[in-house]
Amino acid sequence: MATATVAATAPLSNGFLLRRGPNEGAKSARGLQWTKNHRQSPSSRRFGAAVITAKFDLKPPPYPLNALEPHMSANTLSFHWGKHHRAYVDNLNKQIVGTELEAKSLEDIVIQTYNNGDLLPPFNNAAQIWNHDFFWESMKPGGGGKPSGELLKLIERDFGSFEKLCEELRAAAATQFGSGWAWLAFNPRPSDGKELLVVKSPNAVNPLVLGYIPLLTIDVWEHAYYLDYQNRRPDYISIFMEKLVSWDAVSAKLEVAKAQAA
Amino acid sequence: MAFRALLTRRTLAAASGLGPNGGVATSFRGLQTFSLPDLPYDYGALQPAISGEIMQLHHQKHHQAYVTNYNKALEQLHDAMSKGDAPAVVKLQSAIKFNGGGHVNHSIFWKNLAPIQAGGGEPPKGSLGWAIDNNFGSVDALVQKMNAEGAALQGSGWVWLGVDKELKKLVVETTSNQDPLVTKGPSLVPLIGIDVWEHAYYLQYKNVRPDYLKNIWKVINWKYASEVYEKECP
Repeated sequence: MATATVAATAPLSNGFLLRRGPNEGAKSARGLQWTKNHRQSPSSRRFGAAVITAKFDLKPPPYPLNALEPHMSANTLSFHWGKHHRAYVDNLNKQIVGTELEAKSLEDIVIQTYNNGDLLPPFNNAAQIWNHDFFWESMKPGGGGKPSGELLKLIERDFGSFEKLCEELRAAAATQFGSGWAWLAFNPRPSDGKELLVVKSPNAVNPLVLGYIPLLTIDVWEHAYYLDYQNRRPDYISIFMEKLVSWDAVSAKLEVAKAQAA
Repeated sequence: MAFRALLTRRTLAAASGLGPNGGVATSFRGLQTFSLPDLPYDYGALQPAISGEIMQLHHQKHHQAYVTNYNKALEQLHDAMSKGDAPAVVKLQSAIKFNGGGHVNHSIFWKNLAPIQAGGGEPPKGSLGWAIDNNFGSVDALVQKMNAEGAALQGSGWVWLGVDKELKKLVVETTSNQDPLVTKGPSLVPLIGIDVWEHAYYLQYKNVRPDYLKNIWKVINWKYASEVYEKECP
C-alpha cells in the first residue's frame, strides 16, 4: 500500500472533492474572491448593527489538559491548545470578518482557500483549526491498544495486518520533513478497491483537499512534541501509537465515512 | 552536471563555508563525507538570547542528524549513479536537499552567531553598513523587515539576508524547510540566516517566535556577514 504525500502545490490527483458547498469551490487559479464585500468604516458597523461576534470558537479537547500525562504533558497541552490552536482561531476570525467566508463552514473554508494548491491566506489558519480539533479527538486517556470490528477488518484487508498499518503510519509520521501531519484516511472512490490509506502532508495541508475523509491524525510539527521529547520524534510517534491513539474515535469516524460514501 | 558539482570538495566547502575542522573527509571508497563542525563558542555563550540547552540540542542532535543522513544519502546516490539507476538517483534528490540543505544552512548559522564578548550584536561597519543603509534605509529597518518575514513564515524555514553577487544588491528572502538560499536565486549568497524552525527556539520562547527574533540580534555576528559581503562585493 503506497503512502501518498499531499504536496502544498501539487495539482489534485482527482477532480472529485467531497462536501463542496453550492459555490463548487474555486476552479481557476485565482477564482476565489474573498475580499471584504463592504467598504464601511469600523464605527458605522457598530451603529444599529448586530454585535460582531467571532465566527469560530476554540473547541477544548474532549478531556482535561492533564489527562494524557505522562505521555503528552499538561505543559504541552497548555501551549499547543492554549496558544497555538487558540491563535489559529483568533487569526482566522480576524481574517474572515466582512468577507464571504464568514458565512461558510470551516470545512468549506478549508477546501475553498486551498484553491487547488495555490493557497490563499486564510488556508493556513482554517486548516490548522480543523487539523487540531481532529488531533485532540484522535487521542484519549488510556489510548493505544488495537482496533476491532469493522475497522480492524478493513485494516487487515487494505494493509494486510494491523502491524503493517502501524509500520506505515509511523514511517509517514517520521519522514514528513519539516512541519506537517500523518493520517489514516478513507477514500470513498478507490481505483484499486482499497478504501483505507496512509497519507502525510506538509504544514497545514490535510486529506480533505484530496477528497479523502480523515480518520486519524498525528501532529508532527515540532511544537507538538518538543517540550516532551525534544528532537526525538520517533519516540513521540511510538508513544502516540502505544498510549494515546483512540481507535474508538477512528471507528466512529469510519462509520460516518462509510455512511456518507454509500 | 549537478551531481559532479555536488561532489567536488572545493565547491561543497565553498558553498557551506566549511573550514578545516568539521569539514570534509574522504572515505576509503573515494567519496567525500561530512562531519559536524565545532562551534567557535560554548553552548552557554549566547545566553540569555539563546539558551545553552537549545544550542546543545540544536548542534549535537539536529545538525548531527542532517550530517549523518546527508552522508547516507550521498553514499546511496553514489551507488545508484554507478549502477546507472536513474529512478533511484531522482528519488534520492529530496533526501539530499533536506539533509544537505540542513548541513549547509546550519554550518552558516553557527558562524552567524557570536557571544557578545566576541562582538555579537555589534552593528555592521564598513561597506556592508553602507549597503544596508542604501538598500533598506537603516540596520533597524532591515531587522524589522527580517523579523516580520521570519514571523510570518508558515511551518519551518529560514529568513535570510543575502547578496546578489551579479547585481551587487542586498536581498531579504525566506526559504522553506532546509532549502538553501541559492534555491531562491542562483546568484544569491547568504550573509545572515536565521533558523525559524521551532526547534531553534521552542524550549525557551515557546510559541512566541517574534520574541526569539527580537532577541537573536543581540548575538548576530555582523563581522562574519561583512567578511562574506566584502568578498562578493570588493
